[in-house]
Amino acid sequence: MSKLIASAAIKGAHTLVKKAEDMLQKVIVEKGEDFAFEFPDTAFYLPMIYAMTTFPVKTLGDMRVALGMAKELLHEEPEEHLWKPYLGEALDSGMATLFAEEIILALKYINGLEPAKDTETGYVYNGFITDTIQRNLGIQLVDGTMPGFAVIIGAAPNDETAVNIVRKLQGKNILTFLSGHVNGNSVTKQLLRKGVELGWDTRIVPLGPDTEHALYAADWAIRASLIYGGKKPGDYKEHLKYQKDRVFAFAVVLGELDDIIWTTGAGAINMGFPAICDTDVPVIHPTGVCIYEEVEKELDHNKIVQKAIEVRGLKIIVEKPPIPVAYGPAFEGERIRKEDMFLEFGGTRTPSFEWVRMRGMEDIEDGKVVVVGNNWQERYEKGGEMPLGIVVDVAGRKMQKDFEPVIERKIHSNINEAQGVWHMGQRDINWMRISHNAKKEGFTLEHLGIINATMTHHRFRAIVDKVQVTIYTDGSDVLRLMEEARSVYKERDQRLGGLVDEAVDIFYSCLLCQSFAPSHVCVISPERLGLCGAYSWLDCKAAFEIDPTGGNQPIIKGELLDERYGRYTGIDEYLKKASGGAVETLNLYTIMENPMTSCGCFECIIAIIPEANGVMIVQRGHTEMTPVGMKFSTLAGSVGGGTQNPGFMGIGRNFIVSKKFLHGDGGIKRIVWMTKNLKESLKEAFEKRAEEEGVPDLLDKIADETVAEDSEKLLEFLTSVGHPALEMEPML
Amino acid sequence: MEKKIVKSANEAAEQIIEWGESHGIETCFDRAQRLKPCPIGAAGACCKTCHMGPCRFVGKNAEEEARGVCGATLPTVASRNLLRMAIAGSAAHTDHARDMAFILLAVANGETSDFRITDVRKLYKVAGILDIEFGNGMAVNDVARDVALRLIKDFGRQKGELNYIKRAPNKTQERWKKWGITPRGIDREITEAMHRTHMGVDHAPDNLLLSALRVSLADGWGGSMISTDITDILFGTPRPVKAEAGFGIFKEDEVNIVVHGHEPSLAEMIVDVVNEPEMIAYAKSKGAKGINLGGMCCTANEVLMRHGIPTAGGFTNQELAIMTGLIDAITVDVQCIMPALVELSRKFHTKVITTSYKAKIPGAVHIEYDEHRAKEIAREIVKFAIDNYPNRKAEGIHINQKFPVIAGFSHEYIEYMQGGRWRASFRPLNDAIMAGRIRGVVGLAGCDNPRVPSQGLHRFLAVELIKNDVLILSTGCGSHACGTAGYLIPEMALENAGPGLREVCEAIGVPPILHLGSCVDNSRILTIVSAMAAEGGLSDEIGGMPVVGIAPEWMSEKAISIGCYLAASGVPVIFGGESPVSASEEVTKIMTEVWFERFKGALHFEPDPEKILSLTLEYIDRAREALKLRKYEPGKFGAERVLLDMAARRELEKAAKPHIGIY
Repeated sequence: MSKLIASAAIKGAHTLVKKAEDMLQKVIVEKGEDFAFEFPDTAFYLPMIYAMTTFPVKTLGDMRVALGMAKELLHEEPEEHLWKPYLGEALDSGMATLFAEEIILALKYINGLEPAKDTETGYVYNGFITDTIQRNLGIQLVDGTMPGFAVIIGAAPNDETAVNIVRKLQGKNILTFLSGHVNGNSVTKQLLRKGVELGWDTRIVPLGPDTEHALYAADWAIRASLIYGGKKPGDYKEHLKYQKDRVFAFAVVLGELDDIIWTTGAGAINMGFPAICDTDVPVIHPTGVCIYEEVEKELDHNKIVQKAIEVRGLKIIVEKPPIPVAYGPAFEGERIRKEDMFLEFGGTRTPSFEWVRMRGMEDIEDGKVVVVGNNWQERYEKGGEMPLGIVVDVAGRKMQKDFEPVIERKIHSNINEAQGVWHMGQRDINWMRISHNAKKEGFTLEHLGIINATMTHHRFRAIVDKVQVTIYTDGSDVLRLMEEARSVYKERDQRLGGLVDEAVDIFYSCLLCQSFAPSHVCVISPERLGLCGAYSWLDCKAAFEIDPTGGNQPIIKGELLDERYGRYTGIDEYLKKASGGAVETLNLYTIMENPMTSCGCFECIIAIIPEANGVMIVQRGHTEMTPVGMKFSTLAGSVGGGTQNPGFMGIGRNFIVSKKFLHGDGGIKRIVWMTKNLKESLKEAFEKRAEEEGVPDLLDKIADETVAEDSEKLLEFLTSVGHPALEMEPML
Repeated sequence: MEKKIVKSANEAAEQIIEWGESHGIETCFDRAQRLKPCPIGAAGACCKTCHMGPCRFVGKNAEEEARGVCGATLPTVASRNLLRMAIAGSAAHTDHARDMAFILLAVANGETSDFRITDVRKLYKVAGILDIEFGNGMAVNDVARDVALRLIKDFGRQKGELNYIKRAPNKTQERWKKWGITPRGIDREITEAMHRTHMGVDHAPDNLLLSALRVSLADGWGGSMISTDITDILFGTPRPVKAEAGFGIFKEDEVNIVVHGHEPSLAEMIVDVVNEPEMIAYAKSKGAKGINLGGMCCTANEVLMRHGIPTAGGFTNQELAIMTGLIDAITVDVQCIMPALVELSRKFHTKVITTSYKAKIPGAVHIEYDEHRAKEIAREIVKFAIDNYPNRKAEGIHINQKFPVIAGFSHEYIEYMQGGRWRASFRPLNDAIMAGRIRGVVGLAGCDNPRVPSQGLHRFLAVELIKNDVLILSTGCGSHACGTAGYLIPEMALENAGPGLREVCEAIGVPPILHLGSCVDNSRILTIVSAMAAEGGLSDEIGGMPVVGIAPEWMSEKAISIGCYLAASGVPVIFGGESPVSASEEVTKIMTEVWFERFKGALHFEPDPEKILSLTLEYIDRAREALKLRKYEPGKFGAERVLLDMAARRELEKAAKPHIGIY
């Protein structure tokens, strides 16, 4: 019964708070109260404590204060008979536990014990999850490709079961965190023994060997409401409601539960995350704290994943093509090393390309997959390398030529999501590998066709009525068709080059992030892609055709009120509605006045540097200091959450080389600092733009982290190279 | 042979009654047997508002044909009589509240050092409700003064509306506005209503009954709510305590003092004083081992809720407690004090001490309470009791029976217990009702009454209701009836509640009957149901909720006021016993059908407990049906799972509810 759980949760909290206190005392003796600490790459201090209390823990002394708050949440255990109520008290204890665990892990970092390392295998756990990773995954959190999060605590009864459970979670596209152990054994170790690839790319992330490490998952979750939800630190009610309503996390507890697991579970339940156990535990069914059950059991390991998904109220529709290997986004990040490789195509090894062609309805046969080539089966069986041409012919009453590249770009995901098949690049620079394992499971070249036929139908069901795939394997065919394809690629690029804001009447909104950032609206024009970098105007156009009531809606741009700043009547009208009144007006081409809002998953942040009369740009993943005196993580904290912040803006990488980039503020000439990474990756396009702007050597005049990480050095550099921004009209 | 009449369903009480009878000692139970109610007055057919009468409205077709000397009709008289009861009830509660407000003011002004602001958090909550601005730098006493003055204004206000009216759901307020019953000032409503009942003023039954609702709302959303809030501020917002109930709480070797009545401030002082070492030493000097404090009636509830002081029970137990021969002193203040105590006490050594200038009884010792010298007076009383200890004679019947109780369920704690410090809310309760785990909620309140097997109706209904998965909120002497039966413990849920209610009680760790406090604390029912409406998923007003109020053994006029304010707020209410308006069909119809149509509340009178039960469940099930909730089936529940895909997540409602928790 529930009282047992409450007792354990309350007892566990006492244990952990005491443990934290003892550890803290020791470290303070060694290092002093003023010793500063921060988790790697986060702007949110100890995120759980910060989100719940507004208290930013920066030093060991602060930890003592925070621990005092945890102590206030401790209660007495309920008595055997004539007990007083315990649910509220147990939940308080759960929160005390999260606070204590956060402090314990912080102290372990200080002691050099985190991220934890397995002494037997040398495996290094993930440890604290950085803000960068959180933001990298942003778009997947909202577009349904990562619909939920599982935290597994403990170990399965055997290695096979562990693999089975994790594969099921992967098959549902769920991100899985691993923590805890049963007598030293853990799912992490079980998967390692079975050679399962672990890490962010395969969506299986071992956080650490102890139950306490599950706190890292809670810390990751709570930052979703800070970053995307725009919830203020201290608005604990709002945070917890956001967690319950929007962060679809749950715990799967494998093996016997102790007080520490129960009390950590009570912390999770506070956040609305239920626990599903594989042992005969007491259950808590009444709802209201969680959306459905708080604690549930499922003794059948084959059913536990499905049960967990239902208990959390998740709807996951997974389209799986009829192929002999597992399929889903969770396998997209899987690598195939040379020794695991059975066969490869493209790269620099063989000629290879992929091409989507629009055809007439009568020209193709739906679902037909043909592999063309002399003795292709025989050659395939030998492995090694082969030329490859993938031609996807599509037809549909609503199909447009403009959608060809949109559909074509999905070939990457289509193929990559198959377990044991790897793909990178696009067009005629693609590269693919098939693993020995996939081959062993019966994967053939026909399956490459089947995957593309099925998934193209699935992803573009409203615009594609027929799909036919032809796979070419003879070098001569491939080379011939590749030439044909190349001329089409070129044609497309030219057409795309002419696709400017002035040339269309309709822009698109992107509301995908409203599942996480309810007041944010992206306005996407031909010359300004979404800030996540994932949605261009064409993507939105196709998405709207596919789902007219979906996340991308047309905005009739209306009258141009301000050419320089890019203010349109249609956008303003639309925004008022779509942002729920949070945003009244928007200028597309400036950072200074009513700029675009951000959800939190921006690729880059632009920030004004007043003293340099220009702006700097830093991309997600750059963890060093920037000349505005803030790291990316801190900057991001002041940009996200759907509010307009003049002088600060989140953007997609490729917007930097758009003609409309800060058009109203002077364009790319305003860029005075940009990371080396950005400079290098955008080099070609940037130089072209610089030439158009009449400053061909602009890129060299822009500082980067190797030149300056503070504004003083930056100014020195700008003056020495004669950066044009210094001569431009004042930004402020 | 004459069939034995069960006088009290409380076994221990029955034992004492029988002992009394064998010793020639008379109690209210005997007097109730002997003194049948006047059938004309009992049915509301007697008018004695002027000296042309009293007139009785009897005979064939009295409803249509009977006339008083002035020409008044039966419906006029029956409704006017009911209104008079409501006025008296409202006056009692609100005058109690006034005293509390003036104590708060005295504390804020530093005029008394004996009291302090115990619950600052609650003070801030109330200040917030009253739109009183207070910054970090503002002294607690300054906030308290603003709160006291703002609430005191409610008594003398001539226009506008009471401060707390806005705590009701908007739709509920709209109904009051539409029918013109939003109370303005407390005293104005009472005065005006009294005026209406004067000879020759208001004669329209519907109009008179609307006035009854208005004057009662001034109690529920005025006096009672003010009293609850201020008492919480001064003495602490209750949270669960473990205590004991029954006649067995008295100790043979200690000085036994009983605090009886309604206003808690003196009792609070006595609670402090009995623990003072000097007092204990003094008691020992008189041969006692210590000082044992027990409560009676609603004063008991107040000190039980906040300090776990044991209770000897409710209204009908007051004489019986003296008959144990163990009570050295019983202090009384206002309301529900039987004057019989004094005469009875003469047969024992017990001293009855009246403490209020408003309420004196010939023959009692009077030690007048003054909040400015509260502790001093409390010491005087305790000392007086100790001095009386050596006079204790062997007479009396000693009872060992007592039961454990878990009490202390304030609105704030009920919110807290459903989610803790961080996510306190009414979501789990609403969810449980929606899912059919909890069929509905009943406020089981009101007096206990010697005209029925006393406390028996409470106990019958309590057991039957929880068996039917109905969560009970109990107050006043209803709580005593349950407490002295051993019902107010969590184990009660495991053994006696229906399967759904049991799951909820187990999840939270509560008894299936939540003791909310004294009879002024019925105001907590109003705020709880309002919070349920605000939480969403059920009705968006108090009306239409699967909630019923029951006072099966009511006897006081305060009960009529409570019944009326619950009905006006939207709660169907069922009173036990014969109807005080049964003489008039028209009046009965107005109070049930017409009120239900206008306010979704009603006031029924139903003597048959089985019928009270079925009518209650019928109201609950009808409300469930109207709300399109899952049909209640015992043992079958569960929310319809709505599985969310990404599109559904984007549509999630954005606003979260404001919240003030208890800790």
